[in-house]
Parts: sequence; C-alpha cells; structure tokens
Amino acid sequence: MAVFLHADSTKCSGCKACLVACSLAKFGVNNPKKARLAIIPKFPAPGVFEVKTCTNCGTCAEVCPVGAVKVNEKGAYYIDPNECIACMACVKECPEQVIFTHPDYPVPFECDLCGACVEVCGPGVLWIE
Amino acid sequence: MNGYGGKILRVNLTTGQITKEPTPAHVAEKFLGGRGFGIYFLYTEVPKGANPLGPENKLIISSGPLSGTLTPGAGKMDFTTKSPLTGGYASASVGGHLTAELKYAGYDSIIVEGISPKPVYLYINDDEVELRDASDLWGKGAITVETELKKRLGEEFQIATIGPAGENLVKYACISHDFGRQAGRGGVGTVMGAKKLKAIAVHGTKDIPIADPQALLRLGTEAYKACKASGGFEAWVRYGTSGVTVWSNEVGAFPVRNFQAGALEDYSGLSGETMRQRIVITDKGCFGCPSPCGKYSFSKKYNIYVEGPEYETTALIGGDCVLTDIEDVAYANWLCDELGIDTISVGNVMAFAIECFEKGIITKEDTGGLELRWGEPKVVFTLIEKIARREGIGDLLAEGVKYASQKLGKGSEEFAIHVKGMEVSGYESHNAPAMLLSYMTCDVGAHHNRSWAITYDLQVGRDLVTPDKAERVIYLQHVRPLFDCLGACRLQWVELSIDLGLYPPILKAITGIDRSWEDLLKISERVWNLTRMYWVREVEGFGREWDYPPPRFYKEPVTYGPTKGKLMSWSDIQKLLDMYYEKRGWDKNGIPTPEKLAELGLADIVK
Repeated sequence: MAVFLHADSTKCSGCKACLVACSLAKFGVNNPKKARLAIIPKFPAPGVFEVKTCTNCGTCAEVCPVGAVKVNEKGAYYIDPNECIACMACVKECPEQVIFTHPDYPVPFECDLCGACVEVCGPGVLWIE
Repeated sequence: MNGYGGKILRVNLTTGQITKEPTPAHVAEKFLGGRGFGIYFLYTEVPKGANPLGPENKLIISSGPLSGTLTPGAGKMDFTTKSPLTGGYASASVGGHLTAELKYAGYDSIIVEGISPKPVYLYINDDEVELRDASDLWGKGAITVETELKKRLGEEFQIATIGPAGENLVKYACISHDFGRQAGRGGVGTVMGAKKLKAIAVHGTKDIPIADPQALLRLGTEAYKACKASGGFEAWVRYGTSGVTVWSNEVGAFPVRNFQAGALEDYSGLSGETMRQRIVITDKGCFGCPSPCGKYSFSKKYNIYVEGPEYETTALIGGDCVLTDIEDVAYANWLCDELGIDTISVGNVMAFAIECFEKGIITKEDTGGLELRWGEPKVVFTLIEKIARREGIGDLLAEGVKYASQKLGKGSEEFAIHVKGMEVSGYESHNAPAMLLSYMTCDVGAHHNRSWAITYDLQVGRDLVTPDKAERVIYLQHVRPLFDCLGACRLQWVELSIDLGLYPPILKAITGIDRSWEDLLKISERVWNLTRMYWVREVEGFGREWDYPPPRFYKEPVTYGPTKGKLMSWSDIQKLLDMYYEKRGWDKNGIPTPEKLAELGLADIVK
C-alpha cells in the first residue's frame, strides 16, 4: 500500500496550524488558504471536524491529459507546474477533494508528503506511513 | 508592513460610509496591535464624555501581529469600546478564527462608528466590504444567526454576532463567535446592539506578509513542539479550564452563594472528570492552538450542543447560584450563548438577586411570583431569559449588579460583588490578597484575565500582605495583556509553561523588528497606563476609591470551605493599594504621575 498522510479526524480540534505550516513549507507564505489538506468543521451539530488528506490513490495522474502529475522520491503524486495546463480535470475527479487552487497561482497543487503539518499538530491527528 | 494586514477598516453606520486607511506604522510601533490598538483609537478618537450607547462611541476590533501566523494560540481578537456597564474602559477578547480571517482579508482593525438607522450586518470578503440588511436576523439568537450566515455565505466565512441581549441593551451583553466563543465582558455586545450592527462576516484569502517565512516555519514549529512536550499538556487538553473546578473548591477559591463561601459542600457533579465523561464530545481549539481548552459538549438531558461550560461559567452559575449538576450548568450556558449574554456577569447578578430575595429586599411581587432560591435550575433559566429580554425584574438586573444594588438599596450594596461596576469573576478572594488586588486594579473592572495571581497567594502564603504581591500583580498585568496586544493566547505559557523567550524571535521573524521581551513589556505598561488615564478622563472623581473591593471581602468572613472564617482587613486593603501605586509610579490617589506618562511616551497623547 502506498505511503500517504493519514488523519484521525476524531482527534482534530480544528485549529488549522497544519494548514499554515503547509503554506509556509510549500509556498513560503503564511496563508492557510494555500494549504494541501483541509479541515471541514461541522457545527453546531454534530460538533465534529472532518480532516481531508490526500490518500495517494493516483486518480489525479490517471485523469491528467498531459502527464503533468508525477511521483516524487517519497512516492507522492505531485503536479509539475511547468507541465500542467490548468485544465482542472484532477481537481474535479479527486475522490477526496484534496487538490486545491488559489487565485494567486495558475495551476492546482496537492500534498507531496513533506510532513510540515505533522510536526505542528498538537492532538496528533496526522501521520505519514 | 510585515506581520500586519496593512489596513484599518473604518465603517460609519450612520452614513454608511466605508473607508480603508493604511495601518499607521507609529501606532504599530508604540502599541503593537490588539488591545494596544484598541486603547489608542479609543483614547484619541472617542470624545470625552461620549455616551457608551450613543453614536460617538466606537467599537474597535483588532487583531495583533501574531494573529493568524504559525504561532501557538495566535487566534485572539480584541474588542475595545467605552463600557456601557462601567462607564470606563472595556476590552474583551475572543478566540476562534475571526482574528486570523480578518488579517487574511488584509485588515488589522475594524473601527465601527455611528448608529445604523436599521439593523445591518457587515460583510467583508477580501476587498469587498458592504453593509447588508439584517432585519430578518434581528431578534434571533447568536447560534442561530451564525448558522444562518454560514449557510448563506459559505462555511469559510467567520462570523461575530450578538443575540437578543445585545439588541435589548443588557449592559453585559457579549459578542459571540465560532459556536461558543465570546468576547464576554464589559458590554461590548451592548454597544454593537446600540449601533444596530447584528453581525460581522469575514472571509479573506490573502497572505500575511512575513519578514522571514523560513525562520517562522522553523521557530513556529519549535514552539508547537515545546507545547506538546509540556508535562501539563495531557491533563490540560483532557479537561481545559474545567480542570480548575476541583482545585478551586479544594483551596476555597470557588465562589458560592454570592461569594459567601469558598467551596461547595459537594462539587463532584461539576468536576472536570464528570463533565468529560458525561457531556464532552469534541476538543475544539481556537486558531493555531496545539492545546485546545475548548470542550464541545452535548447534553442529552436538554438536547443541546454547547461549547463548555468553561470554568468561569461553572463557577458563577454552578457555584455562585449553586447548580450542582453539570448538565444544568451546560443548559444555562447554552441559553446565555444563544441570547448573547456574559455568563460571568449574569451568574454573579443572579446570585445577588437570590440573596436579595432571601433577605426580603426582592419579593415575589418583584419577580412575578417566582421564588428565587439557591440551587434551582428553573430559577436560573427563567432569570437568564428575563434579563436577556428585560422582562419584569430582568429589566433591573440587566443593568448590572452595581446599578441594581444602588436602586434596591437596603444594604444590598454591601453584597454587590463588583469592582468599578464589573461583576467579580470566578475566584473567591477573601483570603487571597494578590488575587484581590488583581480584581481591584484590573483595568476593565473585576476580571481575572489581566492577573491571575491566586496561585501566587497559595505559593507564598495566603495571609501575607507583602510588597512582592503587588510586584507580582504588576508583572502579570504586563505579561498577560501583552498577549492581547500580540493577538495570541496566553494559556500556552500559563498552563503549559512554555518559555516566554520563544516569542520575541517568532515576532522578529514575522515583523522583521528585533524586540526583547523587556521591550514588549514596556509596550504593555504603556497600554496599561493609557487605559488608566482613560478612566481618569471619563469618570469624574476617579481615583483610589474606585479600586476598593466589595465590602463583603473585608466585612463578612467566609462561611464555608477551607478558608472559613477568613477575611481581608481594611488596613491591609489600603496597604495593598499603597504598595501597588508606589511600584507603578502612580500617586497616592492611583493616578499615573506626569513623569510616568512621559517615561512611557504618553505625554503627547494624554494632554
């Protein structure tokens, strides 16, 4: 089974430190709106957080018409911005909805297993294996 | 400007005019942000003698330079205004995600001015800012409105709203956010209600400019790791502030029966462990918090979801009104949240009313037939509703305990538990001089947030009235509110004991400005002195006697608990103030001297 970023949503308290760490690690900016994982709060009921992470399923690579989704040294799929044509097929087809976009960037982006998020998570929601 | 959103958003509700100004660099340099910005704008922009509920008063909502960044607990937003409860300075902070979102939209502060001719809400979506009609939201509860606005605008919007209590100008109405977080104290929600501003909805997508992003990632990550490695981490996250309840009863700090006793006879039904096992379903953190104290609960008995109860709610409603079942407290908490009312003040006010009833100062004729008794959940629920809607006796109690006692007379002033018109929060202080001094000198009235010194009393000796206690209080009054200037939570330091030395390098990585912890404390002292001068300016005859504690603390000994029989002496109270004023560089009447103001660079502001 492929290595990927796991999340135990029952432990998440919704603080978003993981999202900020992600944006700093990957884009060098402090902006959780540019993160590669997501937290979906469900309040006032049922009062839980849902954490969405890339499961490295490879759908993005399968649907990419130009072969811009590649695999890095950690075994993670990533979108090569130099080859991506921004057709957004991967964004639409991603079963976990964890390929993200932001108006500041022409192409989408996804988790490449850098692990910055894991390091800052207090309750131990995230791990890579 | 690195570390800042960069703009101040000014909204005039009378004219509907919305303007954006660059965040003034000289204000950021001298006051940092958060409550520092709050008092600067309050002091310099709101005219002397302004009616707190009139168009001249302003509501100043500010983030700080740490807000929204990779810093543990960087999710604190300050609300500053002239208090309708006390007539002096009010500053209340809220956690959650509002402060971060405001900065992602590019703003450091929102300054709300004037009064809207009709109910509106403020819509902020990055650069797009407008006032929208809120007629259909007026009259609705805070949780209901937050749910509705998220449905309309999207989950990504962060909402701050008032409930009916704010609309009805209950003097201690709060501002609610994130389904259970409140800017609670001093009537900040009352001012929003007077302005006919029902809610604020914010969404932002921008970067916060950072001087050295790589350093922030490294230093921020280290700080998160330090929090997780703390010995106190596990217990703190399991119980949050509810972990304080058992300790507070054991040491006789739990307010019971309107601060007559320091412990409940049986507090097992309110303990953190009881709460965890019976009602808590999710740990809910504010922005960037590795150690979430927020406990999100579900009560089967009442079929409600509520964040909390926090310790303070349990203390003032569970202890002071003697509701000993955590689910009853949770339901009272939910009522307060939905109606938009401060659980601390309302608990204190209700305990006062029950005591008045017991003494015959309030009768069934005043209450519409309701018998006000200790330990009756229905009495508490009914009173909360009556106060929020200003019905019957609720109309008087909605004015706060100081006003209510003055109106009722018959000796009730002796057991109206407030300082400067703000109801005392959750620490019984008959036998805790440093804690009592904290309440006496707190810059918003009797609140524990600025200095939580009771642990110091326990550490060095509760009966001691010594200069180190005044020193400790002053130190805490600079450190803890500094976090409110930085826009971050202090609890990682207070509860997890992380090194304060971690913060200056993080702040430097964010702003690019090198400041030592001592430099930052000087800013905090500047802010403290300016808040004091605000009282001096606004309240005729303000001085020493405004720092006096409620008579109960020096006239009536504790009736039950480990401190039974204890009380403060009048001479010790005077001694505490003498020591405190001297160490602060204030005169004997508690007024900052011209030399002190000049030393702090305030001479040009305080003329």
